[in-house]
This record gives sequence, C-alpha cells and structure tokens, in this order.
Amino acid sequence: MKYMLLIHQGDTPGPGSPEWERLSEEEQKAVYADYQAINQTPGVTTGQWMEAPEMATTVRVESGETLTTDGPFVAVKEALGGYLFYEADDLDAAIELASRIPAARLGGAIEIRPLKEV
Amino acid sequence: MPANPRAWLVTTARNRAIDRIRRDRTLADKTRLLEAPEATEEEMEDTAIPDERLELIFTCCHPALSLDAQVALTLRTLGGLTTEEIGRAFLVPEETMKKRLVRAKHKIRAAVIPFRVPPPHLLPDRLSAVLAVVYLIFNEGYGGRGDVAAEAIRLGRALAELMPDEPEVHGLLGLMLINDARSEARFADGTVVLLRDQDRSLWRLDEIAEGRTALDRALALGGHGLYVLQAAIASLHVDEPQDWPQLAALYRELARRTGSPVVELNRAAALAEAGEVERALGIVDALELESYHYLHATRAELLRRLDRMNEARAAYGRALDLVHSEAEHRFLEQRLAELA
Repeated sequence: MKYMLLIHQGDTPGPGSPEWERLSEEEQKAVYADYQAINQTPGVTTGQWMEAPEMATTVRVESGETLTTDGPFVAVKEALGGYLFYEADDLDAAIELASRIPAARLGGAIEIRPLKEV
Repeated sequence: MPANPRAWLVTTARNRAIDRIRRDRTLADKTRLLEAPEATEEEMEDTAIPDERLELIFTCCHPALSLDAQVALTLRTLGGLTTEEIGRAFLVPEETMKKRLVRAKHKIRAAVIPFRVPPPHLLPDRLSAVLAVVYLIFNEGYGGRGDVAAEAIRLGRALAELMPDEPEVHGLLGLMLINDARSEARFADGTVVLLRDQDRSLWRLDEIAEGRTALDRALALGGHGLYVLQAAIASLHVDEPQDWPQLAALYRELARRTGSPVVELNRAAALAEAGEVERALGIVDALELESYHYLHATRAELLRRLDRMNEARAAYGRALDLVHSEAEHRFLEQRLAELA
C-alpha cells in the first residue's frame, strides 16, 4: 500500500530559527540523522524540499475573480512543511515510519494519507 | 455472530467495484465507482472461526479508528449485536450507527489496518486499548435488548481464554464480574442503595466467585496493573466485614497511579469507615471536585458524623443541586430529611 506522509512542522524548531539554535548540538545532529535514515528507508520516496509556509501564496476564485492571499491556506503553525511517499505493508508500518520523523516529536505532527489504488 | 468476520471486515464493495472497473473501460466510470460509498451492510454467516477472534478484536480496537468506531465495531463483529441494538445501547440513532460502522470498515480497508495480533513491541499499548474499549462497553451501555454489560463480560471471558498469560486481562474480567454481581441490589424502590445497605441475597455469588478466581489468576501472574488493582478493591468491598484500612491503602495506590481526585474521594470514604473521620474531611476539602455531587454528598456525611449539622445540611443541598439521576436525588433527599 502506498501512503503519502504529510509533515506539519507545528512548533518544530526549523534550522536557522532561534529555537533551533537553542537545541543542543546532539539534538540537532539527531534531527539530521533521523531525516537521513528515513530518506534511506526502503520503500520511501522523498518529497521535494519546500520553502517555509510563510513563503506560500493561496489562490481562490470567487465569481470568476481570482483572489490571491499571502501565506498558506491554514494557519502558518498548521501548514504543511514537507512530504514523502512510503510503500509499506500496512498502516502500522507507516505509523512506525511517521513516528521517526523529527517533527513528530518536536512539536509537529504527521498525517498519513493512504493513496487510492487505481 | 458473523461467520467470517475477517471477510466481513476486509472484503468490500471496493473490491467489487474494482472488478466492475476492469469490465468497464471509461475513466468516468472508474471515478464514479471508486467514489461510491458502501451503503449496505453485508450478510452475516453462521459460525465464527475461534482463532480469528483475537486478530479481530485488535483490528477493531486499532488506534487509527475513533473510540466510537472501536466500540461499535467490537460489539458488531465480536458481540454479534445488530446495528440497531448497538445504537439503542449507546443512545445513538440507528442510521448514525450504521454510517459509523460503514466508515470504520472503509477506513480499515482504505488505510490497510492490519488484521493481526500486534507484534510484541506494540502489544502493551494495543492491549491497553482493547481493555479500555471492553471496560467502556461495560460501563456505558444503557440497556436495550443487548445487555451491554453482559457483552463486555463475554468479551472479557473470551480475552482471558485467548490471552491467558496477560494479568490485566484477568484483572479486568474480575473487576467486571464482581461489580456486575451486585447489579440487582444497587437500586430499590427507585433509589440508589449504598453498598453497606445492599440486600446481599440479590448478589450473584457465582459471579463473585468467578471474579475472584480471575483476580487470583491475575495476582498469580504477578499482575499489579490498574485493572488488577481495581479488581482487588472490588473484591474487598464484597467482604463482610469490609477491611477499610486495606481498602484505604489500595485507594491510595490507585490515586497515586491515576492522579484521580475521584479515587482520592473514595479513599477518604474508606478512611472515614476505618474511623478517621477528621482526616477524611481534610482530604475531601482539598479536592477540586466542586461540580461533582458525590463530593458534596460525602462531605455532608462526614460533617454529620462530626455533628456539624448545619454544614451537613448545606452540603446535601449543594449535592442535590448537582445530581442528575432521579434515584440518586431521592437518596440524597432521604439523607437530608434524616438530619432533621
């Protein structure tokens, strides 16, 4: 079964932020190591690196008029930070992978969306 | 009882839709069929394969399903209750319950929730979830043709048979049996009857005995979890006379582990029965349970024993303001009247 894992950063400290600088060197190294391990897990297809939610633009069309707003569709805190695809035997395997994504333990959350089989 | 519960859970209209897709050719048809929700329930067959029951209950109680869905699925697939009976038991319209079950089954299929007993590293948490669902069914079903407490006990017995080395499984079964044994004595003339005033001839002694056997098994397995602890408390409560100091000690342990002020309230009640009324009142006064009628009823009783009648009256008054059930209302009114 193929799943899409949607990484919501939430309060996760992002590299370059003051919160990130407050993490110990070990913790920072662990984050990079975890992401690397996940990217190298068999069955994982990494997503492309996205710019931060603040760089987003949201588009809606109402009565034929295109409305453009600065920022993501949801609140910045709730917006998507990244994504990857995972081919796994079952949901438990996907849950296990999701739990290893640093954002999950640092104040964010991972949404696991099964992909429709066509 | 569904004959092939696994098939019932796992096989679906989605598979049938995929077959239809292979016969149809157009993209439009594909889209339409894939999106068509499963709206009808599939037929049950006659006898469940016993070995599948364990896999089934873990699937039904998977954390990716909502608690409501876990309860409904467990009762439907393992309890053999009809959708209508489950709806009635939980005060939910049948249509709502039907949709809840359809959605849950769809989630199991679409997300590929595995049909198996979880591996060792997941088992403790997953078993906790299963036991929590069974206990919830025991506590929260409100009648209807399916006696829901009886269903929970049946599930508890099945679990004890299927997982004989798990102490908390036996602990939960013991707890449910000992509490259920007293169910007929709990009400009289539409009023709540306190444990000490209950007509013991209405207690089902065989259930108490079975419950105590389960508790003994749990203890022999080295069990000291929450259900074992609560079962031990329940068992002590049906002794005559009750060992109040021992009960107070067990309530203290339970309070320590759960942080529950309600458990602390029970501890205070046990201490009062053991003769330490002042100390009990001190505990009760420190609890943050202002809107809980039992707190005020307990306070009132303690104040009465300390001969502080005006304060006792005020406390019963506060309890009466908060109480919901008619039976408990009558009981409190009676207690208030006795103060005069």
